Amino acid sequence: MTQTGSIMGFVHRRRRGAELFLLVLALAVGIGAYAAVGLGVEGTVPAGIIGYGSWLAGLVIVAHVVVRFTAPYADPVLLPAVAALNGLGLAVIYRLDLVRDATFSSQQLTWMTLGVVLFVVTLIVVRDHRVLQRFTYTLGLAAILLLLLPLVPGLGATINGARIWIRLAGFSFQPGEVAKVLLVIAFAGYLVLHRDALALAGRRVLFVDLPRGRDLGPILAMWLVSLGILVFQRDLGSSLLFFGLFLVMLYVATERPGWLVVGGTMFFGGAFIAYQLFGHVRDRVDIWLNPFAHYGEGTDDRAFQPVEAMFGLAWGGLLGRGFGNGSPDRVPYAESDFIVASIGEELGLTGVIAVVLVYGLLVERALRAALVCRDGFGKLMAVGLAGVLALQVFVVIGGVTRLIPLTGLTTPFLSYGGSSLIANWVIVALLLRISDQARRPVPTLSGEDDSDSESTQVVKAVPR
Amino acid sequence: MNKPIRTIAIFCLLLFLGLMLNATYLQYYRAGDLNEDPRNRRVLAEAFSSERGAILVGRTPVAESVPSDDQYDFQRKYPQPFKYAHLTGWFSYFSQTQLELTQNSVLSGDDSRLFVTRLVDLFSNSSAKGGSVQLTIDPAAQSAAYDGLRALGEGVEGSVVAIEPSSGRILAMVSLPTYDPNELASHDFGAVAERAEQLEARDDEPLLNRAIQTRLPPGSTYKIVTAAAAIESGNYDASSQVPGGATYQLPETSGESGLIDNEGRDCGSTRIPFTQAMGNSCNTTFARLAIEVGADAMLEQAEKFGFNSDYLEDLPNQAESNFPVDMNPPETGQSGIGQFEVAATPLQMAMVSAGIANGGTVMKPYMVEAVLTPELDVLPRTEPEELSEAVSAQTASDLTELMTYTVSSGTASPAAIPNVEVAGKTGTAQSGQDDVPPYAWFTSFAPADDPDVAVAVMIQSAPGTERGEIAGGALGGPIAKAVMEAVIDR
Repeated sequence: MTQTGSIMGFVHRRRRGAELFLLVLALAVGIGAYAAVGLGVEGTVPAGIIGYGSWLAGLVIVAHVVVRFTAPYADPVLLPAVAALNGLGLAVIYRLDLVRDATFSSQQLTWMTLGVVLFVVTLIVVRDHRVLQRFTYTLGLAAILLLLLPLVPGLGATINGARIWIRLAGFSFQPGEVAKVLLVIAFAGYLVLHRDALALAGRRVLFVDLPRGRDLGPILAMWLVSLGILVFQRDLGSSLLFFGLFLVMLYVATERPGWLVVGGTMFFGGAFIAYQLFGHVRDRVDIWLNPFAHYGEGTDDRAFQPVEAMFGLAWGGLLGRGFGNGSPDRVPYAESDFIVASIGEELGLTGVIAVVLVYGLLVERALRAALVCRDGFGKLMAVGLAGVLALQVFVVIGGVTRLIPLTGLTTPFLSYGGSSLIANWVIVALLLRISDQARRPVPTLSGEDDSDSESTQVVKAVPR
Repeated sequence: MNKPIRTIAIFCLLLFLGLMLNATYLQYYRAGDLNEDPRNRRVLAEAFSSERGAILVGRTPVAESVPSDDQYDFQRKYPQPFKYAHLTGWFSYFSQTQLELTQNSVLSGDDSRLFVTRLVDLFSNSSAKGGSVQLTIDPAAQSAAYDGLRALGEGVEGSVVAIEPSSGRILAMVSLPTYDPNELASHDFGAVAERAEQLEARDDEPLLNRAIQTRLPPGSTYKIVTAAAAIESGNYDASSQVPGGATYQLPETSGESGLIDNEGRDCGSTRIPFTQAMGNSCNTTFARLAIEVGADAMLEQAEKFGFNSDYLEDLPNQAESNFPVDMNPPETGQSGIGQFEVAATPLQMAMVSAGIANGGTVMKPYMVEAVLTPELDVLPRTEPEELSEAVSAQTASDLTELMTYTVSSGTASPAAIPNVEVAGKTGTAQSGQDDVPPYAWFTSFAPADDPDVAVAVMIQSAPGTERGEIAGGALGGPIAKAVMEAVIDR
């Protein structure tokens, strides 16, 4: 393990002022977009802009103040990036609401409020991320149970072909969204304990260190879980996400690219078998390869959604149609999985690239927290959380823009969806916690005893 | 663990770079293709919402876009809907017809002639506006034609076409029954669909532009073409004696079906003056003349006037007027009086008159006078174009003489205009069905010495008129007269 800056005498600054400044910019994005939607769609600034703006600003300020007191050394870019994305997402959802007479945006604001509350609770309760390591197996078990929950008859519900929802007292919830956070923590705890065994044993075949057969257990288990999600819940996105996540964390923990080779082979093998065996996987690939054969009159119209999204993106062009001047509502689920198509149509390529860049910033900042973190558990957790965000963004935006086959996942912070939003706010809280720990100056515990340690000699025992 | 973290960071960078490159590919390089896909409803909606240019008659728009406060920015309006419906057509979310269809590139602003305008719009960031189309239609002639047809009573089916002989400019084109294109251009799509269904289901076919889409036997008006073929053969001129007689048994026939008579008009016993034959519309004369010149010469003459071809580019779905090929002598005789399989559109019969009026040269008919930029700058006008040399100048002059006699002393007298010499020909064609009344035709031009206008009137059905009173002269003559007067008085 390479040691971090603070050991070499570098002390990070708190930079809370910078965070506040960036947050003001993020609010300008969110509230400005909200006002632009009103101007574009109805010709006037929305009537409730003051209440809305105050509420949004209030949430952001509360989050900032809590960070100031509980994680003063945390990375100053993470929270503003998230606030900007969430604000933009709310505005786009509001824009879609206006043409469809829906109320998704106000629900989303409620979910965001709940997300910020959980963010605050997480920061206050988890004062040191390392305590989470104690719950490795508990959280792992909880994650598995949560994943299985939608399969329970009477509780689980199938929506749009995927059985990943539970319905309880009028509320629907995707337990998988919470499970992915718990899984990251469980993976990190497990891997940090077993990394030596996973890393050191094995043999070298053609420049790659391959792991021992008996160490393949965990990856095999994860592979089976992923396939299970794919088969029983028909959720391609989550399946890909969990397996990819595990693979990335395994690679980081062991520093052995061999795991990537093994995992990659298993992934493509599994994907190939799934393609052969399951119609819904074949459908997705077919629609991906020939979308126009499945669009319009005289066809089965199964590619209606992706083709409309492509039309919308093309219609947006470089600078976009402007809020209210496109028809993003032509795309089914424009407010959730396909929100990037709405952004591309009305804010153009410029908007899409800006969004991808903000995500990039978020992910790279999270990885930076992993780099400077002093403990292995924290490093792995930060990598895992960064990986969750990066993979989701890639899979969703790649699917919407037809880079890869379409899988159902939400765009973090942008898409409509309570479970996803709450889980992602908790992820940000955990990342801030890790980065606070990482950037905090090392407490000087042994200042005066230095002379003693210098005079102490270590004598190596020489075997006879 | 930092080395793999750095690797992962680079990997994430590549993933995001891939996303951005792919988005660029989709939204920049492929955008043009995707936007041209005919299934792309966004483009349609945009076109539907944009400010289209006007269709102008004189200085008055007969189709224009006015601001709309619903989900689309502009609404297409037709200020004189019934009179111009068959010319403008309509512009709806689902379909475009007539001039709205053929002039779409100008009206929408996509035409290459409007390139400069588009460029200016781009830089001034104003939304694109389409160019306007100036029609050749003379509003007075159009009104005379429309009012004249309508005066025949409720339920009349017919059409009037007027052409400027020297250029081919269409001065009037009316078809009845008509419809309100405003109803089909509405933003209330449900109402549009319902209305379109109703109109399509009607037996009297209001959506049909009878001037160019309905072919009917032209009857005696066709005798002008037969006379042209006879004079072109070199055997006759306006002062010749032609075969007459009360009846004529077509060759190779016997009995009633092959017997041609003149329905009581005076056509002499053996030979009569050509003027009398034309003036009294003698069937026996023209059946004989047709057989005399032969099927091939008849066909050649018909095609020189425009039969068996289409030539009108400004309106879609023009029906080709028909003159049959490979006829035997009795069929040739029948076709010489505009029966058998001869079928003509009103536009075609107007062109026969116009060709003669223009000294034998048939001009290509057109309706778009000029294209105007949104600022109403006139781009190059349409240049008149010659369609064919139908007859020699001498033949044209002889035919004019025959037709003026027909107006002054023959069946076409209802079209006579005081102090103006008018040339004309009537026609009453059997429909061939007992329960369908005959079709009344009239074609004429004036002034005979220096023609300003050629007109064709066709009345397919006039429920308000007794069957016995249906005759080209009585029904069509006054309408043709009104249209010619409207042009000459201008």
